Amino acid sequence: MADVRSSRRRRSGPGLAPWLFISPWIFGFVVFTAGPLAFSLYMSFFDWPIVGEREFIGLDNYRTMVMEDPQFWESLWITTKFALLFVPFNIVLSFLMAMLLNLGLKGTGVFRTAFYLPSVISGVALVTIWSWIYSSRYGLLNYLLGLTGIEGPNWLGDPSFAVVAIVIASLWGLGGTMLILLSGLQAIPKELYEAARISGVPVWAQTLFITLPMLGPMLLFAIITSIISAFQQLTIALLLTKGGPLGSTYFFAMYIYDNAFKYFDMGYAAAMSWIMFALVLAMSLLVLKSSAAWVHYEGEVKGKDGANG
Amino acid sequence: MAKTLAYGLLIFLSALFVAPFLWTLITAVKTEAELTAFPPVFWPETWHWENFGIAWNKLPFNTFLMNSVIVVVLSTIGQLFSSSLVAFGFARFRFPGRDLIFIVLLASMMIPWDVKMIPLYMQFNFLGWINTLKPLIVPAWFGEAFFIFLLRQYIMTIPMEIDEAARMDGANAWQIYSRIHLPLMMPALVLVGTFHFMNAWNDYLGPLIFLNDQTKYTLTLGLSLFKGLHEQDTISIAAVTIILCLPPLVLFFVAQRYIMDGSIGSSVKG
Repeated sequence: MADVRSSRRRRSGPGLAPWLFISPWIFGFVVFTAGPLAFSLYMSFFDWPIVGEREFIGLDNYRTMVMEDPQFWESLWITTKFALLFVPFNIVLSFLMAMLLNLGLKGTGVFRTAFYLPSVISGVALVTIWSWIYSSRYGLLNYLLGLTGIEGPNWLGDPSFAVVAIVIASLWGLGGTMLILLSGLQAIPKELYEAARISGVPVWAQTLFITLPMLGPMLLFAIITSIISAFQQLTIALLLTKGGPLGSTYFFAMYIYDNAFKYFDMGYAAAMSWIMFALVLAMSLLVLKSSAAWVHYEGEVKGKDGANG
Repeated sequence: MAKTLAYGLLIFLSALFVAPFLWTLITAVKTEAELTAFPPVFWPETWHWENFGIAWNKLPFNTFLMNSVIVVVLSTIGQLFSSSLVAFGFARFRFPGRDLIFIVLLASMMIPWDVKMIPLYMQFNFLGWINTLKPLIVPAWFGEAFFIFLLRQYIMTIPMEIDEAARMDGANAWQIYSRIHLPLMMPALVLVGTFHFMNAWNDYLGPLIFLNDQTKYTLTLGLSLFKGLHEQDTISIAAVTIILCLPPLVLFFVAQRYIMDGSIGSSVKG
């Protein structure tokens, strides 16, 4: 009897239960993500001071930033420059370090921990630590460079080095990316290398034709998350250089922040944040599209059932 | 030969990644004279541990610490509860629109925070939540996409037969979630709890935007305030920096085996 009842119940569907389970996220999504997103798009069509009259101005915010605001282009370029430096270095260094850790040498756990340590601390602490390393007076970096006979630049005071300094400080936190790539490497079947070795395929070719393609999905994920985080870079610039020297690290996200919370031009800031969103989305889609050519998915057909998918 | 080279590289890189921490620690226990000495002092004559207490009393750091603890504890509890609940809903039920909703959930991870920051500020302002800790706590009670995804992947590895057996014994969905899956999920919950703890403890932009009053400051804001007020007081700033880094570092060492077992990576593939 019990069997009959339960099977009848299943046929009539799970009813309200699943909705109750996912309701927290649905509510949170509407209130803390979708709602704000729609609201910010709406705001972007207004001249919206934080207090006082707001006025509908259509696409004027967008027109102003493109046509009349050199700082918009300047900040966009600084952020792009940062991303162009940060993303490749982040991926390549993470990959190389993951490869080193994947050799199976003794003591690997200790090295892995060392590489990951900086990733667990606050951006504020990271900035504080690096501000002394970069300090031109008694900074550690220039002292060490001095020992090798190189005269270090004034890292944070020289417009041509400040962005580089931020890239290096950001790379200190590459542990997360490295860990993702490492777990990807560990998932590659050892038999593939075995077979290649027997056929006399050299190590560099194994890396190129086995490791990289097999790591594809992970690399893709790592690249996209790197791009997103590079374009959002704010904390380090805000605290380490405050946008200077001479505006050389006045990142796009920082310009948005200033427009919103310093000049209280909420509409203009909202419009700029949508430009950033559109750019990040476009680039992610571009990477995703191009990935069809270089990413190999193992067992592309995946079960979608709840039961052991 | 290749092995020696690999070890050489590993040691060199590890030194690069750890040195900034050590340098900060050494700075924190120096005397003023050692700080400005040239060439730099790498090993202080005596380690002045009392520098930590002195630094701590230069600003109301106890208040900041209390605020951080409130935010971290309350938001972590909410995050663990809500994310596991939602993950269970996605992993164990079939319902119309499920896959579409799940795709929306995944896509929501790509939305830059900058887009939400302004409307969220206005929203919390409207609710009268600005300058309270609520904006830093309440959203965590509604789950976060990445954690839901992680937990869902984990639940999917647990055989469906366990649920069916429980159902045979008359357990309802809530009991299956709370009595069977919650305990089974423990390793994944440790991971989520650790990540959320670190995010909440380390958060700077959230507190910066939502808090005005110093009595409401969290530790990250406290440190940046301290840095602004006493730019030259390097020793004390280093000491507070070390204190700020300690909880996530300790937690990391405790939870290390959960973080390092590759579950972050394997969930990306699934």
